[in-house]
Amino acid sequence: MSLYFNYLFILFKSQMQYRTSFWLLTIGQFLVPLSLFAGLYFLFERFGQIKGWDFYEVALCFAVIHMAFAISECFARGFDAFSSLVHNGDFDRVLVRPRSTIVQVLGSKFEFTRFGRLLQSVLVLVWALNNLAIEWSVIKAITLCLMIISGVSIFAGLFILAATLCFWTIQGLEVVNIFTDGGREMAQYPLNIYQKWVTRFFTFVIPFGTVNYLPLMYILGKSEGNDLLYMLTPVAGIVFLLPCLLVWHIGVRHYRSTGS
Amino acid sequence: MITVEGLSKSFKVPKRSSGLRQATKALFHREHTIVDALKDISFSIEPGEIVGYIGPNGAGKSTTIKVMSGILVPDAGTCTIMGYTPWKDRVSYVQNIGVVFGQRSQLWWDVPVIDSFELLRDIYKIPEVEYKDNLDLLVETLELQSLLHSPVRQLSLGQRMRCEIAASLLPSPKILFLDEPTIGLDAVSKIAVRQFINTINKEKGVTIILTTHDMFDIEALADRVLLIGKGSILYDGKLNELRNRFGTHKTITVDYREHAKRFDIPGTSLLSWSSERAIFSVDTEQTMVSEVITQLSNQVELIDISIDAQPIEDIIVQLYKEYQI
Repeated sequence: MSLYFNYLFILFKSQMQYRTSFWLLTIGQFLVPLSLFAGLYFLFERFGQIKGWDFYEVALCFAVIHMAFAISECFARGFDAFSSLVHNGDFDRVLVRPRSTIVQVLGSKFEFTRFGRLLQSVLVLVWALNNLAIEWSVIKAITLCLMIISGVSIFAGLFILAATLCFWTIQGLEVVNIFTDGGREMAQYPLNIYQKWVTRFFTFVIPFGTVNYLPLMYILGKSEGNDLLYMLTPVAGIVFLLPCLLVWHIGVRHYRSTGS
Repeated sequence: MITVEGLSKSFKVPKRSSGLRQATKALFHREHTIVDALKDISFSIEPGEIVGYIGPNGAGKSTTIKVMSGILVPDAGTCTIMGYTPWKDRVSYVQNIGVVFGQRSQLWWDVPVIDSFELLRDIYKIPEVEYKDNLDLLVETLELQSLLHSPVRQLSLGQRMRCEIAASLLPSPKILFLDEPTIGLDAVSKIAVRQFINTINKEKGVTIILTTHDMFDIEALADRVLLIGKGSILYDGKLNELRNRFGTHKTITVDYREHAKRFDIPGTSLLSWSSERAIFSVDTEQTMVSEVITQLSNQVELIDISIDAQPIEDIIVQLYKEYQI
């Protein structure tokens, strides 16, 4: 873990070599989801509510998933940009160092500019929470943290899966974006507004539903039945990471390097 | 120290064909050819050796190095290095080796060299005292003092290569793999790098495996040569033996007082001739050099004479031809 922070430090130093580019990208990253959020705002301006969810509730949904996405893009960027690591043969270097490949790939790249996106989602989160009458308890606060951790795990898991594909094919990885970007766009809204099969897919296969929709029902007092069950749903997101890591280790053995 | 037995590795390479139609077809159905990069390779290396690993492009040099350094998993065969199987015990094994890829950097591009070194210290968990000792020694012998605080991207290739080699020696490896360490370097840097490689081999007993296309590297460093072609080991032995076996031609250059008439010496072939200088090639298996000189002194008034062995480059070219690789 301390090694990870050493990596972070050196990459931060590198990033600071290019200050202008850093600030421009950070501002850009702040503005992109802002436009998405504006879309959400005007939608509710027109329709008032969707399937029993009002604007601030959906905003909370939005904030959580975007926050998770920003954090995972920031820290798991190494996996997101993994194809270049394979493409130019730098993964060779990773393999001749006595540390786990996961830590090293995570440490190969950080996208500090995603702090812009993170800041934006934090602002939305605070705004939404301020305008919602929630009876807060310690458990609810823990649930909220779990939700974000869960989201980060799922995105990281997807990035790892996409990266694993690079061991077999260098190109054609846009497919995975359907699940990362697509999943993010879908999970901006509570999952019950979609068709049954969509809801099922994003609950049981890629459990985005467990990041915000299900636990939010508990936090917002919409849940029926066992509260504990709703509260613990974010754990599914963390569990999702495990098979991804397993697949990764299988992939590493298939690595075939590039000629030099 | 290193035992390699029956190592084989083949790659599936998609057939590339030209033309739009073929390219479109390849989108749906791709044909593959199997390329045998390594075919049943065996050798062993003792501690403290410097082994030059040579062969033309695409012969399988890099593949062997990659298998030996734990990057690639071979299809068949065994490889035991210091009791480890590289691709199985990767993490504990690579702690003991250093790898320098001449064409790829292991340093972080945008930060000062010393920052990279410190990160490597953390990656390899090098004890502070050992790190300091090694760093001091490397800085001194490779003259890095002035480079330590500049970002890698501002270094020249020769400076960078010195830093690369230093970086791979920081964790005190027992084996050092050098993949084309002198590629693209100028004459001065080349000599510096060679000297340093020799020093660490002699003083620290580091076993060195070196691939290169520069035969002067081999001449300056390696006692032993492994020649690989089309995935098989073709020659494994001393460089001198290689020279004795294949390099039987010598060139004799003679300067003499002006001599208008062209002359021939039996058992030699004349490579060039002018009224003051002639160059002969002699096959020492057929004719003794002393005989040629006697003949020469009978014919002309000698001023100067020099005898050169066939350059190792030529021997290698001849070898490649002989094995048709």
